[in-house]
Amino acid sequence: MPTSITTLASEAGHALVSSPAIDKFMHVVNYVSQPQISLPFFFLPLFILMLVLYKQWTRPAVSTLLFVLFCLGYFGSMAISTDYLSIIQKPDNVPITIMLIGLLVCLWMAFRQAAVNDERIAQGKPLIEETRDDKVLCWPDLVYTELICLLLATSILILWSYGLRAPLESPANPAGPPNPSKAPWYFLGLQEMLVYFDPWMAGVLLPGLIVVGLIAMPFIDTNPKGNGYYTLKQRPFAIAVWLFGFLILWVVLIVFGTFLRGPNWNFFGPYEYWDSHRQVPLTNVNLSDFFWNGKNLLGFGLNKPLPTNPFLREIAGIVFTIFWVFILPVLLARTVLRKLFIEMGSARFYTMAVLFVFMGMLPLKMVLRWVFTLKYFVYLPEFNLNL
Amino acid sequence: MIGKALNYVRSSQVWNSIFRHGIPRDRRTRVMAIMSNVFLHLHPVAVRKSGIRLSFTWCMGGLTFFLFLAETISGVLLMFYYRPVPEYAFSDIIALRAHVTLGLLREIHRWGAHAMIIAIWLHMMRVFLTGSYKPPREFNWGVGVILLVVTMLLSFTGYLLPWDQLAIWAITVGSNMGKATPILGMGGPFSDVLKFPGGVPMVTTKSDAAFLLLAGTSVGENALMRFYVLHCIALPLAAAVLIAIHFWRIRKDGGISGPM
Ligand code: HEM
Repeated sequence: MPTSITTLASEAGHALVSSPAIDKFMHVVNYVSQPQISLPFFFLPLFILMLVLYKQWTRPAVSTLLFVLFCLGYFGSMAISTDYLSIIQKPDNVPITIMLIGLLVCLWMAFRQAAVNDERIAQGKPLIEETRDDKVLCWPDLVYTELICLLLATSILILWSYGLRAPLESPANPAGPPNPSKAPWYFLGLQEMLVYFDPWMAGVLLPGLIVVGLIAMPFIDTNPKGNGYYTLKQRPFAIAVWLFGFLILWVVLIVFGTFLRGPNWNFFGPYEYWDSHRQVPLTNVNLSDFFWNGKNLLGFGLNKPLPTNPFLREIAGIVFTIFWVFILPVLLARTVLRKLFIEMGSARFYTMAVLFVFMGMLPLKMVLRWVFTLKYFVYLPEFNLNL
Repeated sequence: MIGKALNYVRSSQVWNSIFRHGIPRDRRTRVMAIMSNVFLHLHPVAVRKSGIRLSFTWCMGGLTFFLFLAETISGVLLMFYYRPVPEYAFSDIIALRAHVTLGLLREIHRWGAHAMIIAIWLHMMRVFLTGSYKPPREFNWGVGVILLVVTMLLSFTGYLLPWDQLAIWAITVGSNMGKATPILGMGGPFSDVLKFPGGVPMVTTKSDAAFLLLAGTSVGENALMRFYVLHCIALPLAAAVLIAIHFWRIRKDGGISGPM
């Protein structure tokens, strides 16, 4: 059943594809979906608008309209290209579409209730959660809800399994890696980070810090408000940071890694053919090159050959890293965030600050890569230590 | 007629030996229904109405649990047909599709696994956005994070078992990360720091973190066996124990959160 709908859609789309206007459109879409354009100029503003305008966009009429627009854009964009359609339709990629839709619905429910609650708090009225504060017996109220959910979930799972075959490719061949080789989709955010960091960062340190950071979170966030109900106004900072990490640095990177990374992990726009012979010139430059050779855009630099001592050669990067990881948190504690530092105490504050500077390293590196083609802050192949 | 038959069954000694209370119609029997059933008594007898609203929990924790059960059942059935050695693994999967009646087992297991990942992420987002990780639920949030890791590892180890191109190369990409572990991985920073007395390096391709995971230098038959045992025994057991703790703590922490 799902296939017949999509084939129909793509056939309808095909009639459109040949026109030059569509060609032009595809060209533009390919261009603007590059990470250096879509991340800072589309996803980030969208994310900020989501937080700022939450009272407006969560109104049922507005959000229904937005959802329809999303569906038109998301499914319409596939309809005009069989290449793109086949990527999104790959059985193991179908869960991503389901996740995105589930995520939108859940975000709406959360922000809608936050909007209503924040309104009520402002007017001194009880919260949504408080108006129904009476206790009910578990049987039948909860047990029946659970039974209905169970039946619904079972039928959806069976339907899904009936409609979509589990993928099976050719037998394992240790000598013939496919190009691109991809991890399962739920890890593709990490694989996408490999564009910016070496495996020891993207595959070991950062995921480790995500786990540690999540566990540490309740001990860092000492704001007593917003416990047990939806709100945005009472904890804007926590929500902004957490959702930035989850939605932008995790989910959006998964979408990039799955849908827009082709052979050799090169970027391909939605309407580009995944050409495995495409050569992308490697123009990235290390910080040490900028520093010693003066190749940087700002024009300063020493115009000297790279020193042979690796530590001297990488001195700029080493100083920067020490500054970013160790000195920046202290500086913040002494200056801008002094009040917070005193409130939280040093153990809490520094745990938080170190987690934040590591989280911030990813967007920082992205921006420096896009603007200055920076490859590594610190390039020490002598120790396999590239950052 | 039917009413009479039902009455007969309900008044029989057999029925009364199983259900030690009448039909849950009034307050007392409804309380008994929850308390005298080993599964239902995971629940408290009474719950706050706002806590069980669908729009509050999105039922995502429950859905995660349901999918865990569905995975356990379909997984046990799959184990009847599957042998974790390279000679048979792939052909067993083919045979499963071709010869097993109601051949949806593999589909249910695979899509259930993906759905569980989605559900657990959304559950975590719900818990975060309602601030339910705040005191007194800090510990249970931590248990949840470990559950998240175990769930993702369950999915990851299962990905290898069909032993097709998709499987082995996805796992290769993942386990290459192990090689990059600082100090403990051959390709990671400072891999030559650890040395035995006499200067023999401790971390080699045959003793590094990736080797521990794969029982080899690449994804081969040992890795298949290792992932199989992790996937079918070690990780599900860990998940089951952690889920038990998770549920126990929900009750001990005062039930589903609400404004205080
Ligand atoms: C196998 C995985 C998991 C299962 C089966 C599970 C199941 C549940 C269930 C059934 C509830 C009751 C309320 C609800 O449905 O929302 C719950 C609550 C809770 N879960 Fe999970 N969960 C899992 C993973 C997680 C994760 C990954 C986290 C967080 C990182 C987490 C943190 C919590 C917390 C803090 C509560 C209490 C929330 C409250 O009282 O409002 N759980 N869990």
